[in-house]
Amino acid sequence: MSTLAVHDHGVESHDHDHEHHHHDTFLTKYVFSQDHKMIAKQFLITGITMAFIAMTLSILFRIQLAYPDKTFPLLHTLLGRFAPEGRIDPNFYMSLVTIHGTIMVFFVLTAGLSGTFSNLLIPLQLGARDMASPFLNMLSYWAFFLASVIMLSSFFVQKGPASGGWTIYPPLSALPKAMPGSGEGMTLWLISMVLFVASSLMGGINYVSTVLNMRTKGMDLWKMPLTIWAFFLTAILGVLSFPVLVAGVVLLIFDRSFGTSFYLSEIVVQGQVMPFEGGSPILFEHLFWFLGHPEVYIVIMPALGISSEIISTNSRKPIFGYHAMVYSLIGISVLSFIVWGHHMFVTGMNPFLGGVFMITTLIIAVPSAVKTFNYLATLWRGNIRFTPAMLFAIGLVSFFISGGLTGLFLGNAALDINLHDTYFVVAHFHLVMGSAAIFGMLAGVYHWFPKMFGRLMDEKLGYLHFWLTFIGAYLVFFPMHFMGLDGVPRRYYAFTEFPSMARWLSVNVFITWAAIMSGVAQIAFLFNFVYSIFWGKKTTQNPWGSNTLEWTAPVEHLHGNWPGEIPTVYRWPYDYSKPGHHEDFIPQTVPYSETMSSNLSHDFEDNEAGLEAFKKWQIANPPREEVK
Amino acid sequence: MIMAQIQQEDKLDLAPKKFNMWLFIFTSFMFFAALTSGFIVYSGGSGKGIKIILPHAFMYSTAVIIISSVTLFIASRAAKQLQFEKQRLFLWLTAILGIAFLAIQIYAWVLLVNMKVYLVNSNASQSFIYMFTGMHLLHVIAGLGLLFRALSGSYKNIPQVKNLFRMEFAGIFWHFIDIIWIYLYVFLLLNQY
Ligand code: HEM
Ligand SMILES: [Cu+2]
Repeated sequence: MSTLAVHDHGVESHDHDHEHHHHDTFLTKYVFSQDHKMIAKQFLITGITMAFIAMTLSILFRIQLAYPDKTFPLLHTLLGRFAPEGRIDPNFYMSLVTIHGTIMVFFVLTAGLSGTFSNLLIPLQLGARDMASPFLNMLSYWAFFLASVIMLSSFFVQKGPASGGWTIYPPLSALPKAMPGSGEGMTLWLISMVLFVASSLMGGINYVSTVLNMRTKGMDLWKMPLTIWAFFLTAILGVLSFPVLVAGVVLLIFDRSFGTSFYLSEIVVQGQVMPFEGGSPILFEHLFWFLGHPEVYIVIMPALGISSEIISTNSRKPIFGYHAMVYSLIGISVLSFIVWGHHMFVTGMNPFLGGVFMITTLIIAVPSAVKTFNYLATLWRGNIRFTPAMLFAIGLVSFFISGGLTGLFLGNAALDINLHDTYFVVAHFHLVMGSAAIFGMLAGVYHWFPKMFGRLMDEKLGYLHFWLTFIGAYLVFFPMHFMGLDGVPRRYYAFTEFPSMARWLSVNVFITWAAIMSGVAQIAFLFNFVYSIFWGKKTTQNPWGSNTLEWTAPVEHLHGNWPGEIPTVYRWPYDYSKPGHHEDFIPQTVPYSETMSSNLSHDFEDNEAGLEAFKKWQIANPPREEVK
Repeated sequence: MIMAQIQQEDKLDLAPKKFNMWLFIFTSFMFFAALTSGFIVYSGGSGKGIKIILPHAFMYSTAVIIISSVTLFIASRAAKQLQFEKQRLFLWLTAILGIAFLAIQIYAWVLLVNMKVYLVNSNASQSFIYMFTGMHLLHVIAGLGLLFRALSGSYKNIPQVKNLFRMEFAGIFWHFIDIIWIYLYVFLLLNQY
């Protein structure tokens, strides 16, 4: 008996073949869809669109950095008042940096990443017909869509978008008169982010609830693929940390609009003494980073989960240290709530407190290292298939290592005095978060494209895309470490005008061209993506020879995922190249009774009857002598 | 037979929705935890406390919301025992007590203003009183919405599984609101001087 809950107002029973299925109109199928697979695609396409917009913004400010005293009439044509006489306006430069960061962190790597893959994979890999609440799921997408539109609309207000950086620290952000970007642009930013948080919470609540309540028969927690573990813990982080941001933002809104003094203290703006008294801007930093640090793990953990799955599948080897992977994800999740102070070492915090945050921060490196070693051990002597997805997953590991190492320097409260707010930080988080998470997301797109669209993406273009992006990202971000060590501050409009930093101009030019190259490389992806949706090669049901449940569902999308009964699960998802089996993979739906020749005693750990049957079988079929 | 099957499926389907409510409660809890932590950071850093005796009105509102939890509990039990008249009566009582709570909180604001304790204040500890109560009132309004949804369901004679589900859904949230208020009130009391 299979049942579908497709409407919020009721429950419908269906028989196996879905014959009397309700009819979808265009609007309910493509627009206000409540089907998790369609919602996943909506998130993906919106996410990709936002990513391209944010990337374009970054190219614009890179041009400014490389050519601070050249004029480009084209820029004036494109940007109008934001680039008078063909040079980007300093205030607009700040807006570009701010909106680039905001869109990338929240709209692409949070909503675009979790929204796409949690929606697609949680029901499919767990064997559920849909999410716990499909209606809430739909609301989640539309709140996200609205948030995106509002965020972008801030480019069309007179004074331009918010410009206080993605962390919107007060007092700058709390005083509408402080600079153009603190005016309407900031208001729109806040409205957009409130909607965004609502969307994330609705999504996250749904993911957690689905994972805990709707797994198919046999799918106990320790048989879940690592993707699901990652999405699950990510959702928990979101559910616990986003409300804190809301609290911070609510207080900020009161300071901005009603004149309270939570964050603002005695201050003079443009020669005018403001009425505020006694507030504490540090309070905002606490509230912001209590979300902000878990947020960076909200960004990276789904990417880590995705690459576990892809690396194991394409190495044709069981994931190394499955339990260790899960425990490190749990460890990272717990620790991520007690390290936020490492963003605030130089706020004048008590050095003892700084020491505490330093220790917790450095402890996080342990589970992170466990994960990287496990990836490497999985790859070790694997029978590797270098699909584009696999390359991107390996790329993630590379970036996670090289960016994670610099975290150790920053996490040191004494070293951070020099490094804080320099390009060293920019290099750190663009490698460990920006590049790694984007690579995880792209790996996921290449890998699950056949599941989403029923067709394969072109491999050649995939390789081109990978190598240009991989090399480009290192060329862009690696030199920034050296600038940071030299003390070059971040978020400066034209730092090369200072004599002491003038020598970095040539590096800036180099970085800008590397960025343009990697930007152009994304066109290969975009073309591949769009082309393959319509004209790509048709896929088979299980193109990668994968074990997880989503590949047991038919290629054509059904409302309810499986035409008949939901498959039952008998084993963990990583039985690749199991000795004694005739194929190099055994899907989760194959019971042990069908794979006698490859069973091991520990497959029957808590299954007495099975173990006995297996022992009998072993006696009846003694292993043949090896012929040397 | 078919009825029984559908009911069983119903349960399967409603359980995750109820679970969603529990998760939402966690988010709300974190929200208030953040506000109160913000208060601690602020008052600890600035050395400014609330520095007033809270109006007694808060004591009355606390009593009212606790009683409303009791009446809601009685309504739920009545619903389980198929005494729908009683269920409706006590739901109404709960809703009225909820509205009374709302009114008393607003009255307390008036009292605060009369004491010259304003929202816009150079001592943000005092502004925090408004934030706590105001944000809590938003939750109360949402809770009233759920109560009325349960009421309307009961009047429309929706199936008993659903009726119970709506009751439970509203119940979980309402008791949570009650507990959060007690937490906030005790927190304020402990910090009033
Ligand atoms: C080995 C583990 C890590 C350590 C010890 C570490 C440490 C740090 C420290 C101390 C800072 C603050 C630097 C400063 O502002 O002066 C920082 C910044 C940052 N980290 Fe990490 N980090 C680690 C891993 C990660 C990961 C995995 C991510 C994301 C996926 C990440 C994302 C960020 C971001 C976005 C910032 C900059 C925020 C901003 O100021 O705009 N870090 N990291
Ligand atoms: Cu951090």
